Amino acid sequence: MVPRPRACDHGPVMTTSHQRLGAPSGVREPRRAYRDTDASVIGGVSAGLAHHLGAPVLAVRAFFVLTAFLGGFGVVLYAGLWVFLPAAAPFAPSTPGAESATRGGRRPARRARFIDPVLDKGPAIALVALGFGGVLLLESAIGGGTLFWPVLVGVVGVALLWRQADQAQRERWVDTTGHLDPVRMVFGRGGWASYARVAAGALLVVAAFALFTLRGGSPTDARDLTIAFVVGLIGIGVVVGPWVYRLVTDLGAERAERVRTQERADVAAHLHDSVLQTLALIQRNAEDPVAVSRLARAQERDLRSWLYDTPAAADEDFAAALRAAAAEVEDVHGITVDVVVVGDALLDEITRPVVAAAREAVTNAAKHAGTGRVDVYAEVGPAAVDVFVRDRGAGFVVDEVPADRHGVRDSIMGRMDRHGGTAEVRATPGEGTEVRLHQPRKEQTDD
Amino acid sequence: MTEGRAGEVRVVIVDDHAMFRSGVRAELARAGAGAGVLVVGEGEDVDTAVAAIETSSPDVVLLDVHLPGGGGVEVMRRAPSVEGTPRYLALSVSDAAEDVIGTIRGGARGYVTKTITGPELVSAIKRVAEGDAVFSPRLAGFVLDAFAGTIAIADVDEDLDRLTEREREVMRLIARGYAYKEVASELFISIKTVETHMSNVLRKLQLSSRHELTRWASDRRLL
Repeated sequence: MVPRPRACDHGPVMTTSHQRLGAPSGVREPRRAYRDTDASVIGGVSAGLAHHLGAPVLAVRAFFVLTAFLGGFGVVLYAGLWVFLPAAAPFAPSTPGAESATRGGRRPARRARFIDPVLDKGPAIALVALGFGGVLLLESAIGGGTLFWPVLVGVVGVALLWRQADQAQRERWVDTTGHLDPVRMVFGRGGWASYARVAAGALLVVAAFALFTLRGGSPTDARDLTIAFVVGLIGIGVVVGPWVYRLVTDLGAERAERVRTQERADVAAHLHDSVLQTLALIQRNAEDPVAVSRLARAQERDLRSWLYDTPAAADEDFAAALRAAAAEVEDVHGITVDVVVVGDALLDEITRPVVAAAREAVTNAAKHAGTGRVDVYAEVGPAAVDVFVRDRGAGFVVDEVPADRHGVRDSIMGRMDRHGGTAEVRATPGEGTEVRLHQPRKEQTDD
Repeated sequence: MTEGRAGEVRVVIVDDHAMFRSGVRAELARAGAGAGVLVVGEGEDVDTAVAAIETSSPDVVLLDVHLPGGGGVEVMRRAPSVEGTPRYLALSVSDAAEDVIGTIRGGARGYVTKTITGPELVSAIKRVAEGDAVFSPRLAGFVLDAFAGTIAIADVDEDLDRLTEREREVMRLIARGYAYKEVASELFISIKTVETHMSNVLRKLQLSSRHELTRWASDRRLL
């Protein structure tokens, strides 16, 4: 067998993004299994199940193939899971800004995920060979049974139709217009593959029926019965079709309207809560440039995080807490603090003092540097947390700091010392100051 | 379009907000006139951007990440390119890591946020024009996050999939707000070497298949 290192690690991405969708604030939802239609050979059941159970995909696939010989148990099981397992959405939930840009066509359209064709075909070919062998084996066991071939052909036909339903669903997800179109619900965005799948599927189902009718009677009877079957199907289509069409169109219109209304309400609420208030304050403070720029900066930060950041609670995550601390200093002192955080950890007794010390360092820079700009960089590794607070301001000579200055000695160095970390100040008069905080982490505390 | 003097960097600004374009134009006129940066065209969506690039053949394109018609990536895909010119500098209000990394992988040689000051923007443009990479602290942070050590060494089959310790150090200093010159003196290397490291990181960012970097942003919190 060909090993498939890359195709396998598609799985975790899918499910974890769903868990985040359902559990915004640390509350873990029960793990659910999804069909991974990105790494699928037939319906993505095996790939999804393998990820859910933590088993190799090939083992799960082999299980289905082998149990298929137990009177078709595997096939029935597979079909059942196909129906009842939801397909994993192909992308993670996004932020309002990114989603709006996607809707307006201002972001590149999402392409189907690339699956290495060579790596992916190996198992498929093996499965086809196995399946073919199985068919022969089963046929010889039952003895070219009367029911066997029609059932097999019918199952393949239905599988093809379901596959197309998956495809259409995936394409509906990435569709930016938000409309439900009955034709697109069947064919997705079209393309010969879609039409071929539907045509072949329908043809196989009809063929299965024809085979079934052929087994007892004469060819003429079979032909008549098949024609009757097809005519019946068309009749049902003519009767029910317009009704289904209208139902689907109404549903689509309603859904689009609901989505629009919700969006409008969200935006209106947010504009009122933040932007309008800020504009009012700016008007009132028009003669005070410092206050105006402070208000504008705070509003910019707020809008930016609303549009593009995934929500995080400042009392739970280190990164969010650090950003919140920097934002407070920005507001109080009217400066710009750029925060870059690499990695993240839970806010606990190890990381909390680092945030407090960093906050003190930023405050110091805001008060004494005189440049109006501070860079904060934090790196959370498995072994330690490092924070660097840097300004390009006045700087000072470290040894000349009077002993009664509490900021640096107590709040920063003392605090870090008490919690087993270290703080170091590097300053050059005229070039700026950098405070380095280092805090070892005893154990890896996040999961 | 006026022909620029020799040594002048010709720039096209692409952004869907007219106010922002005129703001950048004014800023560049103020800060870039003496420095030899000349705005030769503008575009407000993918089609007009491609047209502007075709008619004015700029050295550098300031490119918004989000743009009607498919985003900045689409401009880089469709615009004519002669021997690597024009070069692209992404300029965006979006801090969504996925979009930023996507644009870099689409061919941009740098990323700066729209809050950048005029002189900083001029020096970034000149750097890109010379073929260097421009990493803002935020982009350096994204890079460090994307190449964080969550992958077993045994699984790394290519150099492209990891940063060398030196490259990591350079990225860390950039993320801490150091200028190139300061990075060089901090690490006792020449500015040229710093630039080489940055170009290598950019190449890895554009070519590495690791974790499908464009998708990393959405699941990094659960790694």
